[in-house]
Amino acid sequence: MSATMSLKDDATPSTGPLLSVEDLRVTFQRHGEKPFTAVDGVSFDVHPGQTVGLVGESGCGKSVTSLALMGLLPKRGNRVEGRATYEGTDLLSLSDKEMRDRRGRDIAMIFQDPLSSLNPVVSIGIQVTEVMERHQGMSRKDAMPRARDLLERVGIPDPNARLKNYPHQLSGGMRQRALIAMALACEPRLLIADEPTTALDVTIQAQILALLKELVQDTGTALIMITHDLGVVAGLCDEVNVLYAGRIVERGDRHRLFARPRHPYTHGLLSSIPRLDSPRGEKLTPITGSVSDNLPWTSACAFAPRCSHALDVCRQESPPWEWESDGRGLRCFNPVDPEEVRRG
Amino acid sequence: MTSYGDRRRERIDDLAAAASVDETPGVSLIASAWRRLRRDPIFLVGLAITVAFIILAVISPWIAPHDPASAPLLDKVRPQTNPVPGPEPGFPLGGDDRGRDLLSRLLVGSRQTLVVGVFATIFGLLGGMALGILAGSFGGAVDSIVMRIVDVMLSVPSLLLAFTIAALAARPGQTTLIIAIAIIQVPIFARLLRGSMLGQRASDHVLAARALGVKRRAIVFRHMLPNSMGPVIVQATLVLAIAIIDAAALSFLGLGSPDDRQPEWGQMLGRSQEFIYDHPHLAVYPALCIIVVALGFTLMGESMREALDPKTRR
Repeated sequence: MSATMSLKDDATPSTGPLLSVEDLRVTFQRHGEKPFTAVDGVSFDVHPGQTVGLVGESGCGKSVTSLALMGLLPKRGNRVEGRATYEGTDLLSLSDKEMRDRRGRDIAMIFQDPLSSLNPVVSIGIQVTEVMERHQGMSRKDAMPRARDLLERVGIPDPNARLKNYPHQLSGGMRQRALIAMALACEPRLLIADEPTTALDVTIQAQILALLKELVQDTGTALIMITHDLGVVAGLCDEVNVLYAGRIVERGDRHRLFARPRHPYTHGLLSSIPRLDSPRGEKLTPITGSVSDNLPWTSACAFAPRCSHALDVCRQESPPWEWESDGRGLRCFNPVDPEEVRRG
Repeated sequence: MTSYGDRRRERIDDLAAAASVDETPGVSLIASAWRRLRRDPIFLVGLAITVAFIILAVISPWIAPHDPASAPLLDKVRPQTNPVPGPEPGFPLGGDDRGRDLLSRLLVGSRQTLVVGVFATIFGLLGGMALGILAGSFGGAVDSIVMRIVDVMLSVPSLLLAFTIAALAARPGQTTLIIAIAIIQVPIFARLLRGSMLGQRASDHVLAARALGVKRRAIVFRHMLPNSMGPVIVQATLVLAIAIIDAAALSFLGLGSPDDRQPEWGQMLGRSQEFIYDHPHLAVYPALCIIVVALGFTLMGESMREALDPKTRR
């Protein structure tokens, strides 16, 4: 815990952000249908070595954000607006070819399902070396020892044998480690992890998170962690962005956010987690309704129909983004009173 | 006509869809299919016939008792009284109307069948794969244009198309036969491969490869194509059976090689018509050969298709 903090403190001040996302907007327009805005003006910065969390439930736009940043959304039917400045270049304005040269080299991505994200008919070794052949012009022969080292680095035992294995011969945790090795092969400065632990069982989840944390600290790679799991965020992220219906509703340093959530949605997410110290018979506190009950952001707060704190104004005006004194950002007319948060 | 083409299209698309449903562990899918095939009597019968046929075809020139082109029984042929010599020592099936040994001609005839069947399937496969890769990897306008051409080819009954191509060819012969039969297989392979490649294009591992900046060519040939080949390979086994029957049909109608020193089952069947009332065995033997071999490939192909189809798996 203190290690991540100190890492952040070293890395943040002088250099400025590695990636700066400004007003990212993704609109799906299917033929003859009403356009749907999946990501509605999302802005955040990622500093070198920093781990930034994007948290929200299904359908809030977190995966679309990552695919848009990677330039992986299909051209047809999608409109991506805004800016994503990576070391001075706007990723969103790059051509397909330029973006392809950067993917895997400057920015890499880890996906949710490690089994389906590996090519079933190609051995692990070839899949790992492929990235190095592509971006660093290495021959497969030269890349193989590097691939071996990478597998060892991500904690795969007996890497020489694993190089020749096919994905179905590896366990779920090993597969995710292999995917991480592929993502790290060209030492990208930014890693996007889209729910990297969701498809794994709990003990493996913890191992993978520990590995990611270690790699981030050792290599200074910045990490965007996309998840619906607040436990993952709590262990890993320096800064947390909570998304709801395509907009960031609350942002803050992890410690402050967890200790005193101000947005009713964040508060709801935190109180819906079962606690070890609560009495056995106690019911969980869910957030009622579902994401489909949204109001449009343009004329209201999207969360208002599900919000226990909603006022009349919440249904009539769009809440503006406001910075609080402690460096936290908030989009709410009637935030939770910090004193009320003393749970229990 | 349209409904005919539609039906063929649907069948091909079903095959492609069946293969791309839950293709999660590609290798273990083939492994589990093989485990089931090993115990499937239908597959084993098909495999036995196929293997026996291939071995016979390869070694036939050495095991055939006589040269199929020579006419050792010529002096027994009596055009008026007995045009077809009967069996006698050394000639267990007797001779044909030109005094050539029937057994030797049947044995050596298997080579022609194998050569035409295999090469027609290979060329059809290559042509179909080229079109399928083009359509499946580019998508959009390229896909539409290629697939409309393929649909037009599918809407013409395949044997009719093969007759037309063979009849239009300048010189009839084995090569013409192979080309004609290969062309009618092209649209089937093209549509099948395109279908399963489109499924692959949307798959997670292709997205993951794109996220690593892998180039388009590598994505198509290393990530999409090998994962799309399952249904195509199964179809190739079935096409072999069809190619053998079609080749026999074309030869029967005299569209095959005009040189009758090279025995060919369809051609032998065609020539036997003159004697069908008095000497039906001349027709029965080559017909039986064609049926058994085609059956072997079909049994093998169908049970492979079923084993790889997740819908029929238990």
